[in-house]
Amino acid sequence: MVLVAALLLIAMVAVARGAVSVSLADVIDALRGHGDPTAIAIVRDLRLPRVVLGALVGAGLGASGAALQGALRNPLAEPYLLGVSGGAAVGAVIAFAFGVTSDAIITLAAFAGGIAAVFLALGVARVGGRSARADLRTLLIAGVVVGAFANAAIMVALANASPNTVRGVLWWMMGSAADATWRRVAWLAASIVLAGGALVYWAREIDVLSLGEDTAASLGVDVERSGRRAFLLAALLAAATVSAAGLIGFVGLVVPHIARGMGLRTHRPLVIAAGLIGATLVVAADLAARTADAPTELPLGAITALVGVPFFLVQLRRIS
Amino acid sequence: MIEIKDLVVAYPGARVNAVDGVSFVSAESKLTALAGPNGSGKSSIVKALLRRADIPRGSVSIDGRDVRLLSYAELARNVAVVPQREDAAFPVQVREYVALGRYPHLGLWRSPSRDDERAISEALSQAGVEDLADRDTDALSGGEWQRVRIARALAQKAPALVLDEPTTFLDIAHEMAIFELLSSLARSGLAVLLVSHQLNLVARFADTIVVLDHGRIATHGSPAEVMRADRLESIYGWPVVITRDPAIGAPALVPLRRPLQL
Repeated sequence: MVLVAALLLIAMVAVARGAVSVSLADVIDALRGHGDPTAIAIVRDLRLPRVVLGALVGAGLGASGAALQGALRNPLAEPYLLGVSGGAAVGAVIAFAFGVTSDAIITLAAFAGGIAAVFLALGVARVGGRSARADLRTLLIAGVVVGAFANAAIMVALANASPNTVRGVLWWMMGSAADATWRRVAWLAASIVLAGGALVYWAREIDVLSLGEDTAASLGVDVERSGRRAFLLAALLAAATVSAAGLIGFVGLVVPHIARGMGLRTHRPLVIAAGLIGATLVVAADLAARTADAPTELPLGAITALVGVPFFLVQLRRIS
Repeated sequence: MIEIKDLVVAYPGARVNAVDGVSFVSAESKLTALAGPNGSGKSSIVKALLRRADIPRGSVSIDGRDVRLLSYAELARNVAVVPQREDAAFPVQVREYVALGRYPHLGLWRSPSRDDERAISEALSQAGVEDLADRDTDALSGGEWQRVRIARALAQKAPALVLDEPTTFLDIAHEMAIFELLSSLARSGLAVLLVSHQLNLVARFADTIVVLDHGRIATHGSPAEVMRADRLESIYGWPVVITRDPAIGAPALVPLRRPLQL
């Protein structure tokens, strides 16, 4: 409840603040369709989709990270380690290279790229693991390898690319909620409700998986299948967020730790709380990105990374 | 009852079978011990039981049903296993941890009934860890953590219990406490199968000992039958003598010293 209230509050502020400030009362009026037409346009067509997109991106990354850390038993796991981000960028680059300008097609290409990278990582893990069963830890390493390969491929592709392509790809690298449209919001919301809902549905399996593979097997969980399922759902969430808003680093890493710090241990409440906290955090970060140096916009992914990196280091210290 | 029949376990890429034609029974109300040198196939048998290893030949069955024909949840309702290693990444409260033993009964969504709650409380008290129920698992000593893991397995309320080296790294008092606990669990009706290196303790507590060597049964029987110096010497490749334990007269093994052959 507190988390929902915090999210709503920050969302209201985020809708109100910006290059043109609108009072909270006018925001509420505009949402209900009353008042100044300019205010209505700003709130309904510009700010609101952006805030909702930011919230969805944060929710997807937070939930994805919480599930992954549990299933992989690794407190430093995060969605982008699966190779999703690099794959999505490759998808976008390919779309740009073919001269595609349609926003929807580029989004889909990025999504397809992200998912393709995940399946590639699964394949690499299977080969690396020397057996038909992909060890969950090998999977993580395979994701990193595929991601690195994708990044290298992008660099090579960019060396000969037109300035327009370069700009488009940079957008993916930095992450931004600026191009929010209701269509994109709807697409992301559908993916997140589906994949996030599935994670919540199977959350107890993640509780058991987090005890280790042998113990999970002794408690009646098909470790390979459940692990792969958690991995794929988490990747789906991450790929959807990346295709909608580019790379927004460290949210998936940091947010599950905040949720755990609030005393949540089992994954059903943990995944939900991580979704809410992630949403709040990204909306706040996007607000900062828009207003800290207005009218210049700072890249959203850079803001979250600026907060995330010190946290990561503290975490690393606590573990070692 | 756990029945292992002509079991072969093979790992992909390995030239020899990890387990090669092993048959024995772990009966209810009995403590059966599985011993043998490192790499003799003890843990592979546990893996086969959990369906975590390929079984090209033979079978593992629980109360007459082949484990490969059971669903994972059915398997977990029929046999509880405390694996050798467990590296939980995130601490949980001991009570929550033990409650996960009910997972095979509850599945994904059912919330714990009064029966489940009773099973959890009983498991906590049987393992003697009620006092730790509110602690976090990362704040436990080695001995406490092993007892909590046994409590989690007991919460499964399965008729068979398998433990893989539960007393490694424990001091004498904690080790003895675990053996006493396992012995009383066997007397209460469970089929207890214990994988252990501690031949001397096994000889005092177990009803039957199975000693493996290179994936085959090297010797099998009551402690008196198994604890023979000549056999154990050739299995372990080290000179030993067998004496009598002064307290209860059980056979006890003393490894001798011998100069290192370089």
